[in-house]
Amino acid sequence: MDGLIHQILSGIATGGIYASVALALVMIYQATHHVNFAQGEMATFSTYIALTLIQAGLSYWVAFAATFVISFVMGVLIERVLMRPMANAPILSSVGVFIGLLLIFSSISGWIFGYTIKTFPSPFETSKPLLGGYVSGHELGSTAVTLVVLLSVYLFFRHTRLGLAMRAAAYNPASARLVGIRVGWMLALGWGLAAGIGAIAGCMVAPIVFLDPNMMAGILLYSFAGALLGGIGNPLGAVLGGFAVGVIENLGGAYLVGTELKLTLALVIIVAVLVVKPSGLLGKAVQSRV
Amino acid sequence: MPALLEAKGLHAAYGDIRVLHGIDFVVDEGGITALLGANGAGKTTTLRAVCGMVRTQGEVHLGGARIDGRATEDIARLGVAHVPDGRGTFLELTVEENLRLGAYTRRDRQVDAARERVFGYFPKLRERIRQQAGTLSGGEQQMLAIARALLLKPRLLLLDEPSFGLAPLIVKEIFAIMRRINREEGVGILLVEQNASLALQIADRAYLLETGRIVFSGPAAEIRKDESIRRSYLGY
Repeated sequence: MDGLIHQILSGIATGGIYASVALALVMIYQATHHVNFAQGEMATFSTYIALTLIQAGLSYWVAFAATFVISFVMGVLIERVLMRPMANAPILSSVGVFIGLLLIFSSISGWIFGYTIKTFPSPFETSKPLLGGYVSGHELGSTAVTLVVLLSVYLFFRHTRLGLAMRAAAYNPASARLVGIRVGWMLALGWGLAAGIGAIAGCMVAPIVFLDPNMMAGILLYSFAGALLGGIGNPLGAVLGGFAVGVIENLGGAYLVGTELKLTLALVIIVAVLVVKPSGLLGKAVQSRV
Repeated sequence: MPALLEAKGLHAAYGDIRVLHGIDFVVDEGGITALLGANGAGKTTTLRAVCGMVRTQGEVHLGGARIDGRATEDIARLGVAHVPDGRGTFLELTVEENLRLGAYTRRDRQVDAARERVFGYFPKLRERIRQQAGTLSGGEQQMLAIARALLLKPRLLLLDEPSFGLAPLIVKEIFAIMRRINREEGVGILLVEQNASLALQIADRAYLLETGRIVFSGPAAEIRKDESIRRSYLGY
Protein backbone atom coordinates (compact mmCIF):
# COMPACT_ATOMS: atom_id res chain seq x y z
CA MET A 1 0.00 0.00 0.00
CA ASP A 2 2.80 2.39 0.88
CA GLY A 3 4.41 1.64 -2.44
CA LEU A 4 1.17 2.40 -4.29
CA ILE A 5 0.70 5.77 -2.59
CA HIS A 6 4.33 6.58 -3.25
CA GLN A 7 3.95 5.71 -6.94
CA ILE A 8 0.78 7.78 -7.32
CA LEU A 9 2.29 10.85 -5.63
CA SER A 10 5.48 10.70 -7.63
CA GLY A 11 3.32 10.14 -10.73
CA ILE A 12 1.52 13.38 -9.95
CA ALA A 13 4.87 15.13 -9.62
CA THR A 14 6.14 14.01 -13.04
CA GLY A 15 2.59 14.43 -14.36
CA GLY A 16 2.89 18.13 -13.54
CA ILE A 17 5.90 18.31 -15.87
CA TYR A 18 3.95 16.55 -18.61
CA ALA A 19 0.99 18.82 -17.98
CA SER A 20 3.16 21.92 -18.45
CA VAL A 21 4.69 20.67 -21.70
CA ALA A 22 1.26 19.45 -22.88
CA LEU A 23 -0.08 22.94 -22.23
CA ALA A 24 2.77 24.43 -24.26
CA LEU A 25 1.95 22.05 -27.12
CA VAL A 26 -1.77 22.86 -26.97
CA MET A 27 -1.18 26.61 -26.91
CA ILE A 28 0.65 26.47 -30.23
CA TYR A 29 -1.70 23.82 -31.60
CA GLN A 30 -4.76 25.93 -30.91
CA ALA A 31 -3.30 28.94 -32.67
CA THR A 32 -1.75 27.18 -35.66
CA HIS A 33 -3.16 23.63 -35.76
CA HIS A 34 0.39 22.34 -35.77
CA VAL A 35 2.20 20.34 -33.10
CA ASN A 36 5.57 21.84 -32.32
CA PHE A 37 7.82 18.76 -32.32
CA ALA A 38 10.72 20.93 -31.19
CA GLN A 39 9.00 21.95 -27.95
CA GLY A 40 10.99 19.42 -25.93
CA GLU A 41 14.38 20.23 -27.44
CA MET A 42 13.74 23.95 -26.97
CA ALA A 43 13.06 23.22 -23.29
CA THR A 44 16.28 21.20 -23.00
CA PHE A 45 18.24 24.08 -24.50
CA SER A 46 16.61 26.45 -21.99
CA THR A 47 17.57 24.13 -19.14
CA TYR A 48 21.20 24.29 -20.28
CA ILE A 49 20.96 28.07 -20.21
CA ALA A 50 19.67 27.85 -16.62
CA LEU A 51 22.55 25.55 -15.66
CA THR A 52 25.08 27.91 -17.26
CA LEU A 53 23.64 30.87 -15.36
CA ILE A 54 23.68 28.94 -12.07
CA GLN A 55 27.27 27.85 -12.66
CA ALA A 56 28.16 31.46 -13.43
CA GLY A 57 27.21 32.23 -9.86
CA LEU A 58 23.62 33.46 -10.05
CA SER A 59 21.28 32.27 -7.34
CA TYR A 60 18.85 29.55 -8.42
CA TRP A 61 15.69 31.66 -8.60
CA VAL A 62 17.40 34.56 -10.37
CA ALA A 63 18.73 32.11 -12.96
CA PHE A 64 15.28 30.52 -13.16
CA ALA A 65 13.58 33.86 -13.87
CA ALA A 66 16.27 34.89 -16.34
CA THR A 67 15.91 31.56 -18.15
CA PHE A 68 12.16 32.09 -18.44
CA VAL A 69 12.69 35.53 -19.97
CA ILE A 70 15.43 34.34 -22.35
CA SER A 71 13.28 31.39 -23.46
CA PHE A 72 10.29 33.67 -23.96
CA VAL A 73 12.32 35.94 -26.23
CA MET A 74 13.71 32.89 -28.05
CA GLY A 75 10.17 31.61 -28.67
CA VAL A 76 9.02 34.99 -29.97
CA LEU A 77 12.03 35.22 -32.29
CA ILE A 78 11.47 31.71 -33.68
CA GLU A 79 7.88 32.59 -34.54
CA ARG A 80 8.79 35.94 -36.08
CA VAL A 81 11.80 34.71 -38.07
CA LEU A 82 11.09 31.08 -38.92
CA MET A 83 7.37 30.38 -38.59
CA ARG A 84 5.90 33.60 -39.92
CA PRO A 85 7.09 33.06 -43.51
CA MET A 86 5.49 29.60 -43.24
CA ALA A 87 2.07 30.97 -42.26
CA ASN A 88 0.40 29.98 -45.52
CA ALA A 89 2.63 27.04 -46.36
CA PRO A 90 1.23 23.52 -46.75
CA ILE A 91 1.21 21.41 -43.60
CA LEU A 92 4.16 19.23 -44.63
CA SER A 93 6.40 22.26 -44.98
CA SER A 94 5.56 23.32 -41.44
CA VAL A 95 6.20 19.80 -40.15
CA GLY A 96 9.55 19.92 -41.93
CA VAL A 97 10.42 23.19 -40.16
CA PHE A 98 9.41 21.74 -36.79
CA ILE A 99 11.58 18.66 -37.30
CA GLY A 100 14.41 20.88 -38.50
CA LEU A 101 14.06 22.97 -35.33
CA LEU A 102 14.15 19.79 -33.26
CA LEU A 103 17.40 18.66 -34.88
CA ILE A 104 18.94 22.13 -34.68
CA PHE A 105 18.18 22.59 -30.99
CA SER A 106 19.30 19.08 -30.13
CA SER A 107 22.59 19.54 -32.01
CA ILE A 108 23.23 23.03 -30.63
CA SER A 109 22.67 21.76 -27.08
CA GLY A 110 25.19 18.95 -27.65
CA TRP A 111 27.66 21.17 -29.49
CA ILE A 112 27.73 23.96 -26.94
CA PHE A 113 27.18 22.08 -23.69
CA GLY A 114 28.50 18.59 -24.52
CA TYR A 115 26.81 15.22 -24.68
CA THR A 116 27.82 14.03 -21.21
CA ILE A 117 25.03 13.67 -18.70
CA LYS A 118 25.04 16.49 -16.16
CA THR A 119 23.40 16.86 -12.77
CA PHE A 120 21.06 19.79 -12.31
CA PRO A 121 20.45 21.37 -8.91
CA SER A 122 17.06 21.38 -7.22
CA PRO A 123 16.05 24.51 -5.31
CA PHE A 124 14.15 22.39 -2.81
CA GLU A 125 15.25 20.44 0.27
CA THR A 126 15.98 16.99 -1.10
CA SER A 127 17.80 15.24 1.72
CA LYS A 128 14.82 14.07 3.73
CA PRO A 129 11.50 12.66 2.47
CA LEU A 130 8.32 14.53 3.32
CA LEU A 131 4.66 13.73 3.98
CA GLY A 132 5.43 10.60 5.95
CA GLY A 133 8.14 9.53 3.55
CA TYR A 134 5.94 9.36 0.46
CA VAL A 135 7.45 12.21 -1.56
CA SER A 136 10.79 13.93 -1.84
CA GLY A 137 11.14 17.63 -1.27
CA HIS A 138 11.84 18.13 -4.96
CA GLU A 139 8.71 16.28 -6.02
CA LEU A 140 6.59 18.39 -3.70
CA GLY A 141 8.34 21.61 -4.73
CA SER A 142 8.18 20.95 -8.47
CA THR A 143 4.49 20.02 -8.21
CA ALA A 144 3.88 23.32 -6.44
CA VAL A 145 5.81 25.20 -9.14
CA THR A 146 3.91 23.52 -11.98
CA LEU A 147 0.59 24.22 -10.24
CA VAL A 148 1.53 27.88 -9.85
CA VAL A 149 2.52 28.01 -13.53
CA LEU A 150 -0.71 26.35 -14.68
CA LEU A 151 -2.82 28.60 -12.46
CA SER A 152 -1.03 31.74 -13.68
CA VAL A 153 -1.54 30.72 -17.30
CA TYR A 154 -5.22 30.08 -16.60
CA LEU A 155 -5.69 33.46 -14.90
CA PHE A 156 -3.76 35.21 -17.68
CA PHE A 157 -5.96 33.79 -20.43
CA ARG A 158 -9.22 34.15 -18.45
CA HIS A 159 -8.87 37.55 -16.92
CA THR A 160 -6.52 39.77 -18.88
CA ARG A 161 -7.18 41.81 -21.97
CA LEU A 162 -4.10 40.39 -23.67
CA GLY A 163 -5.07 36.82 -22.78
CA LEU A 164 -8.52 37.33 -24.26
CA ALA A 165 -6.99 38.80 -27.42
CA MET A 166 -4.66 35.80 -27.73
CA ARG A 167 -7.61 33.41 -27.40
CA ALA A 168 -9.59 35.38 -29.98
CA ALA A 169 -6.65 35.35 -32.38
CA ALA A 170 -6.34 31.56 -31.99
CA TYR A 171 -10.05 30.84 -32.42
CA ASN A 172 -10.79 33.18 -35.29
CA PRO A 173 -7.83 35.10 -36.75
CA ALA A 174 -9.87 36.87 -39.44
CA SER A 175 -12.39 38.27 -36.97
CA ALA A 176 -9.63 39.11 -34.51
CA ARG A 177 -8.02 41.37 -37.15
CA LEU A 178 -11.38 43.06 -37.70
CA VAL A 179 -11.51 44.17 -34.06
CA GLY A 180 -7.96 45.49 -34.36
CA ILE A 181 -5.98 42.65 -32.76
CA ARG A 182 -2.46 42.22 -34.16
CA VAL A 183 -2.81 38.50 -34.78
CA GLY A 184 0.81 37.96 -35.84
CA TRP A 185 2.08 39.31 -32.53
CA MET A 186 -0.42 37.25 -30.56
CA LEU A 187 1.00 34.17 -32.24
CA ALA A 188 4.54 35.24 -31.39
CA LEU A 189 3.54 35.83 -27.76
CA GLY A 190 2.00 32.35 -27.71
CA TRP A 191 5.31 30.90 -28.90
CA GLY A 192 7.13 32.90 -26.26
CA LEU A 193 4.83 31.68 -23.49
CA ALA A 194 5.06 28.08 -24.69
CA ALA A 195 8.86 28.29 -24.73
CA GLY A 196 8.85 29.84 -21.25
CA ILE A 197 6.57 27.15 -19.84
CA GLY A 198 8.76 24.49 -21.47
CA ALA A 199 11.83 26.03 -19.84
CA ILE A 200 10.21 25.82 -16.41
CA ALA A 201 9.25 22.19 -17.05
CA GLY A 202 12.83 21.45 -18.12
CA CYS A 203 14.28 22.99 -14.95
CA MET A 204 11.84 21.04 -12.79
CA VAL A 205 12.46 17.68 -14.43
CA ALA A 206 16.23 17.95 -14.88
CA PRO A 207 17.10 17.15 -11.22
CA ILE A 208 15.15 13.88 -11.58
CA VAL A 209 16.19 12.62 -15.02
CA PHE A 210 19.55 14.47 -15.30
CA LEU A 211 20.45 16.84 -18.10
CA ASP A 212 21.58 15.69 -21.53
CA PRO A 213 20.69 16.92 -25.04
CA ASN A 214 17.95 14.29 -25.36
CA MET A 215 16.49 14.86 -21.92
CA MET A 216 13.06 16.00 -23.14
CA ALA A 217 12.60 13.49 -25.97
CA GLY A 218 10.74 10.95 -23.84
CA ILE A 219 8.99 13.66 -21.86
CA LEU A 220 7.64 15.21 -25.02
CA LEU A 221 6.17 11.84 -25.94
CA TYR A 222 4.43 11.50 -22.55
CA SER A 223 3.24 15.11 -22.81
CA PHE A 224 1.89 14.53 -26.28
CA ALA A 225 0.06 11.46 -24.98
CA GLY A 226 -1.34 13.60 -22.17
CA ALA A 227 -2.44 16.34 -24.56
CA LEU A 228 -4.17 13.81 -26.80
CA LEU A 229 -5.76 12.01 -23.86
CA GLY A 230 -7.32 15.19 -22.54
CA GLY A 231 -8.11 16.62 -25.96
CA ILE A 232 -5.50 18.47 -27.97
CA GLY A 233 -7.89 21.37 -28.55
CA ASN A 234 -8.59 21.82 -24.85
CA PRO A 235 -5.96 23.34 -22.51
CA LEU A 236 -7.64 22.08 -19.33
CA GLY A 237 -7.96 18.62 -20.85
CA ALA A 238 -4.30 18.63 -21.82
CA VAL A 239 -3.28 19.55 -18.27
CA LEU A 240 -5.45 16.84 -16.70
CA GLY A 241 -4.25 14.40 -19.36
CA GLY A 242 -0.64 15.24 -18.48
CA PHE A 243 -1.23 14.47 -14.80
CA ALA A 244 -3.11 11.28 -15.71
CA VAL A 245 -0.28 10.09 -17.95
CA GLY A 246 2.22 10.76 -15.15
CA VAL A 247 0.25 8.54 -12.77
CA ILE A 248 -0.42 5.86 -15.40
CA GLU A 249 3.26 5.81 -16.35
CA ASN A 250 4.41 5.39 -12.75
CA LEU A 251 1.85 2.76 -11.83
CA GLY A 252 2.34 0.88 -15.10
CA GLY A 253 6.09 1.03 -14.69
CA ALA A 254 5.92 -0.28 -11.14
CA TYR A 255 3.26 -2.96 -11.43
CA LEU A 256 2.62 -3.74 -15.09
CA VAL A 257 5.42 -3.50 -17.61
CA GLY A 258 8.51 -2.55 -15.65
CA THR A 259 10.60 0.60 -16.09
CA GLU A 260 12.17 -0.50 -19.39
CA LEU A 261 8.85 -0.57 -21.20
CA LYS A 262 7.34 2.56 -19.60
CA LEU A 263 7.70 4.66 -22.72
CA THR A 264 5.59 2.19 -24.69
CA LEU A 265 2.72 3.10 -22.36
CA ALA A 266 2.78 6.59 -23.86
CA LEU A 267 2.51 5.13 -27.34
CA VAL A 268 -0.27 2.79 -26.24
CA ILE A 269 -2.19 5.77 -24.85
CA ILE A 270 -1.66 7.74 -28.08
CA VAL A 271 -2.88 4.88 -30.27
CA ALA A 272 -5.78 4.05 -27.95
CA VAL A 273 -7.01 7.66 -27.87
CA LEU A 274 -6.76 8.02 -31.65
CA VAL A 275 -8.70 4.79 -32.16
CA VAL A 276 -11.36 5.16 -29.47
CA LYS A 277 -11.92 8.90 -29.04
CA PRO A 278 -9.79 11.09 -31.29
CA SER A 279 -11.10 14.31 -29.75
CA GLY A 280 -9.79 13.24 -26.33
CA LEU A 281 -11.65 12.97 -23.03
CA LEU A 282 -12.50 16.66 -22.69
CA GLY A 283 -12.27 17.69 -26.32
CA LYS A 284 -15.67 18.52 -27.72
CA ALA A 285 -17.07 20.13 -30.80
CA VAL A 286 -18.19 23.74 -30.49
CA GLN A 287 -21.92 24.11 -30.08
CA SER A 288 -23.41 26.19 -32.79
CA ARG A 289 -26.87 27.19 -33.87
CA VAL A 290 -27.75 28.80 -37.15
CA MET B 1 -18.29 68.11 -47.02
CA PRO B 2 -15.68 65.42 -47.77
CA ALA B 3 -16.90 61.87 -48.13
CA LEU B 4 -16.37 59.53 -45.19
CA LEU B 5 -15.30 56.73 -47.51
CA GLU B 6 -14.33 57.09 -51.12
CA ALA B 7 -13.10 54.35 -53.44
CA LYS B 8 -11.55 55.24 -56.79
CA GLY B 9 -10.83 52.65 -59.46
CA LEU B 10 -10.86 49.83 -56.93
CA HIS B 11 -9.72 46.46 -58.24
CA ALA B 12 -9.61 43.27 -56.20
CA ALA B 13 -8.49 39.73 -56.89
CA TYR B 14 -8.19 36.36 -55.17
CA GLY B 15 -4.99 34.95 -56.62
CA ASP B 16 -5.49 35.03 -60.39
CA ILE B 17 -9.23 35.46 -60.18
CA ARG B 18 -10.15 39.09 -60.58
CA VAL B 19 -13.40 40.03 -58.89
CA LEU B 20 -13.60 43.82 -58.96
CA HIS B 21 -12.71 45.71 -62.12
CA GLY B 22 -12.21 49.30 -61.04
CA ILE B 23 -15.23 50.52 -59.11
CA ASP B 24 -15.91 53.96 -57.64
CA PHE B 25 -18.21 54.58 -54.73
CA VAL B 26 -18.82 56.93 -51.85
CA VAL B 27 -20.21 56.75 -48.33
CA ASP B 28 -21.16 60.17 -46.98
CA GLU B 29 -20.32 61.29 -43.46
CA GLY B 30 -23.20 59.86 -41.43
CA GLY B 31 -24.82 58.41 -44.56
CA ILE B 32 -25.95 54.95 -45.56
CA THR B 33 -24.76 53.52 -48.86
CA ALA B 34 -26.25 50.30 -50.16
CA LEU B 35 -24.34 47.93 -52.43
CA LEU B 36 -26.77 45.79 -54.38
CA GLY B 37 -26.35 43.00 -56.85
CA ALA B 38 -26.75 39.31 -57.50
CA ASN B 39 -24.68 36.50 -56.01
CA GLY B 40 -21.10 36.68 -57.22
CA ALA B 41 -21.32 40.33 -58.25
CA GLY B 42 -18.49 41.25 -55.88
CA LYS B 43 -20.39 42.85 -52.98
CA THR B 44 -18.65 40.93 -50.21
CA THR B 45 -15.31 41.39 -51.96
CA THR B 46 -15.89 45.14 -52.00
CA LEU B 47 -16.22 45.17 -48.21
CA ARG B 48 -13.14 42.97 -47.90
CA ALA B 49 -11.23 45.29 -50.21
CA VAL B 50 -12.06 48.28 -48.00
CA CYS B 51 -10.69 46.36 -44.98
CA GLY B 52 -7.53 45.16 -46.67
CA MET B 53 -8.59 41.52 -46.53
CA VAL B 54 -7.91 40.95 -50.24
CA ARG B 55 -5.24 42.11 -52.66
CA THR B 56 -6.37 45.40 -54.21
CA GLN B 57 -5.40 48.09 -56.65
CA GLY B 58 -6.79 51.59 -56.77
CA GLU B 59 -7.46 54.02 -53.99
CA VAL B 60 -9.55 53.92 -50.83
CA HIS B 61 -9.81 57.07 -48.73
CA LEU B 62 -11.23 57.28 -45.23
CA GLY B 63 -11.99 60.84 -44.22
CA GLY B 64 -9.52 62.04 -46.83
CA ALA B 65 -6.63 59.73 -45.79
CA ARG B 66 -5.58 56.78 -47.92
CA ILE B 67 -6.12 53.42 -46.29
CA ASP B 68 -5.59 51.03 -49.21
CA GLY B 69 -2.62 48.74 -48.72
CA ARG B 70 -2.77 48.99 -44.93
CA ALA B 71 -3.18 45.96 -42.67
CA THR B 72 -6.70 44.93 -41.66
CA GLU B 73 -6.03 45.52 -37.96
CA ASP B 74 -4.73 49.04 -38.66
CA ILE B 75 -7.82 49.87 -40.71
CA ALA B 76 -9.96 48.64 -37.81
CA ARG B 77 -7.98 50.89 -35.48
CA LEU B 78 -8.80 53.84 -37.77
CA GLY B 79 -12.48 53.30 -37.02
CA VAL B 80 -13.75 50.88 -39.64
CA ALA B 81 -15.88 48.14 -38.09
CA HIS B 82 -16.71 45.26 -40.38
CA VAL B 83 -19.46 42.74 -39.68
CA PRO B 84 -18.40 40.12 -42.24
CA ASP B 85 -20.50 37.43 -43.85
CA GLY B 86 -20.88 34.66 -41.31
CA ARG B 87 -20.94 37.50 -38.73
CA GLY B 88 -17.38 37.00 -37.47
CA THR B 89 -18.56 36.11 -33.98
CA PHE B 90 -16.16 34.31 -31.66
CA LEU B 91 -18.47 31.34 -31.17
CA GLU B 92 -16.30 29.69 -28.50
CA LEU B 93 -16.29 32.79 -26.32
CA THR B 94 -19.07 34.26 -24.22
CA VAL B 95 -21.21 37.23 -25.24
CA GLU B 96 -19.37 39.28 -22.61
CA GLU B 97 -15.98 38.35 -24.05
CA ASN B 98 -17.15 39.12 -27.60
CA LEU B 99 -18.21 42.58 -26.46
CA ARG B 100 -14.91 43.13 -24.64
CA LEU B 101 -13.09 42.21 -27.85
CA GLY B 102 -15.17 44.76 -29.73
CA ALA B 103 -13.69 47.47 -27.52
CA TYR B 104 -10.22 45.89 -27.64
CA THR B 105 -8.49 48.86 -29.27
CA ARG B 106 -10.12 51.46 -27.04
CA ARG B 107 -8.41 52.89 -24.01
CA ASP B 108 -10.83 55.74 -23.36
CA ARG B 109 -13.14 55.89 -20.37
CA GLN B 110 -16.36 55.90 -22.36
CA VAL B 111 -16.38 52.17 -23.00
CA ASP B 112 -18.83 51.51 -20.15
CA ALA B 113 -21.18 54.20 -21.40
CA ALA B 114 -20.89 52.79 -24.94
CA ARG B 115 -21.77 49.34 -23.58
CA GLU B 116 -24.88 50.75 -21.94
CA ARG B 117 -25.95 52.39 -25.20
CA VAL B 118 -25.37 49.12 -27.05
CA PHE B 119 -27.52 47.30 -24.50
CA GLY B 120 -30.13 50.00 -25.17
CA TYR B 121 -30.23 48.96 -28.80
CA PHE B 122 -30.04 45.23 -28.04
CA PRO B 123 -31.52 44.58 -24.58
CA LYS B 124 -31.52 40.82 -25.20
CA LEU B 125 -27.72 40.72 -25.16
CA ARG B 126 -27.68 41.82 -21.53
CA GLU B 127 -29.70 38.74 -20.58
CA ARG B 128 -27.37 36.49 -22.55
CA ILE B 129 -24.17 38.06 -21.29
CA ARG B 130 -22.66 34.89 -19.78
CA GLN B 131 -23.79 32.58 -22.56
CA GLN B 132 -21.43 31.06 -25.11
CA ALA B 133 -21.93 33.06 -28.33
CA GLY B 134 -22.32 29.88 -30.39
CA THR B 135 -25.51 29.01 -28.51
CA LEU B 136 -27.32 32.24 -29.44
CA SER B 137 -30.06 32.19 -32.04
CA GLY B 138 -29.28 33.56 -35.50
CA GLY B 139 -30.97 36.90 -34.80
CA GLU B 140 -29.17 37.26 -31.48
CA GLN B 141 -25.86 36.46 -33.13
CA GLN B 142 -26.46 39.18 -35.70
CA MET B 143 -27.26 41.60 -32.90
CA LEU B 144 -24.09 40.56 -31.09
CA ALA B 145 -22.07 41.09 -34.26
CA ILE B 146 -23.42 44.63 -34.72
CA ALA B 147 -23.02 45.36 -31.01
CA ARG B 148 -19.41 44.21 -31.10
CA ALA B 149 -18.75 46.37 -34.14
CA LEU B 150 -20.31 49.42 -32.45
CA LEU B 151 -18.04 49.06 -29.42
CA LEU B 152 -15.06 49.76 -31.69
CA LYS B 153 -16.46 53.33 -31.79
CA PRO B 154 -16.47 53.22 -35.58
CA ARG B 155 -16.73 56.09 -38.01
CA LEU B 156 -17.75 53.59 -40.65
CA LEU B 157 -19.71 50.38 -40.25
CA LEU B 158 -19.48 47.73 -42.96
CA LEU B 159 -22.40 45.31 -42.85
CA ASP B 160 -22.44 42.19 -44.99
CA GLU B 161 -25.95 40.78 -45.48
CA PRO B 162 -27.33 41.46 -42.02
CA SER B 163 -30.62 39.85 -43.10
CA PHE B 164 -29.03 36.57 -44.13
CA GLY B 165 -30.82 33.51 -42.78
CA LEU B 166 -33.09 35.46 -40.45
CA ALA B 167 -36.87 35.45 -40.08
CA PRO B 168 -38.58 38.50 -41.70
CA LEU B 169 -39.74 39.93 -38.38
CA ILE B 170 -36.24 39.85 -36.95
CA VAL B 171 -34.82 41.37 -40.13
CA LYS B 172 -37.28 44.24 -39.77
CA GLU B 173 -36.24 44.76 -36.16
CA ILE B 174 -32.53 44.75 -37.03
CA PHE B 175 -32.97 47.21 -39.89
CA ALA B 176 -34.93 49.55 -37.63
CA ILE B 177 -32.11 49.42 -35.10
CA MET B 178 -29.52 50.01 -37.84
CA ARG B 179 -31.33 53.17 -38.85
CA ARG B 180 -31.39 54.34 -35.22
CA ILE B 181 -27.67 53.57 -34.85
CA ASN B 182 -26.92 55.55 -38.00
CA ARG B 183 -28.80 58.59 -36.70
CA GLU B 184 -27.90 58.48 -33.02
CA GLU B 185 -24.24 57.51 -33.30
CA GLY B 186 -23.59 59.47 -36.49
CA VAL B 187 -21.81 56.47 -37.95
CA GLY B 188 -21.67 55.98 -41.70
CA ILE B 189 -22.82 52.61 -43.02
CA LEU B 190 -21.84 50.67 -46.11
CA LEU B 191 -24.51 48.02 -46.44
CA VAL B 192 -24.34 44.94 -48.63
CA GLU B 193 -27.72 43.34 -48.98
CA GLN B 194 -29.54 40.79 -51.13
CA ASN B 195 -32.86 42.16 -49.97
CA ALA B 196 -32.80 45.23 -52.20
CA SER B 197 -36.18 46.69 -51.28
CA LEU B 198 -35.27 46.67 -47.60
CA ALA B 199 -31.82 48.15 -48.22
CA LEU B 200 -33.19 50.94 -50.42
CA GLN B 201 -35.63 51.95 -47.68
CA ILE B 202 -32.85 52.94 -45.28
CA ALA B 203 -30.05 53.90 -47.69
CA ASP B 204 -29.46 57.36 -49.13
CA ARG B 205 -27.08 56.24 -51.88
CA ALA B 206 -27.08 52.98 -53.77
CA TYR B 207 -24.76 51.23 -56.20
CA LEU B 208 -25.68 48.28 -58.37
CA LEU B 209 -22.86 45.82 -58.95
CA GLU B 210 -22.74 43.31 -61.76
CA THR B 211 -19.77 40.95 -62.15
CA GLY B 212 -17.34 43.35 -60.55
CA ARG B 213 -18.50 46.55 -62.26
CA ILE B 214 -20.91 49.24 -61.18
CA VAL B 215 -23.78 49.35 -63.64
CA PHE B 216 -25.89 51.94 -61.90
CA SER B 217 -25.45 54.44 -59.10
CA GLY B 218 -27.52 57.21 -57.65
CA PRO B 219 -29.73 58.31 -54.78
CA ALA B 220 -31.57 55.36 -53.28
CA ALA B 221 -34.92 57.07 -53.82
CA GLU B 222 -34.28 57.23 -57.57
CA ILE B 223 -33.53 53.54 -57.86
CA ARG B 224 -36.59 52.75 -55.82
CA LYS B 225 -38.69 54.65 -58.32
CA ASP B 226 -37.00 53.30 -61.46
CA GLU B 227 -39.11 50.36 -62.44
CA SER B 228 -36.87 49.05 -65.20
CA ILE B 229 -33.85 48.77 -62.91
CA ARG B 230 -35.94 47.19 -60.20
CA ARG B 231 -37.34 44.61 -62.62
CA SER B 232 -34.16 43.74 -64.45
CA TYR B 233 -31.65 43.85 -61.61
CA LEU B 234 -33.38 43.75 -58.27
CA GLY B 235 -36.21 41.34 -58.94
CA TYR B 236 -39.04 43.05 -57.12
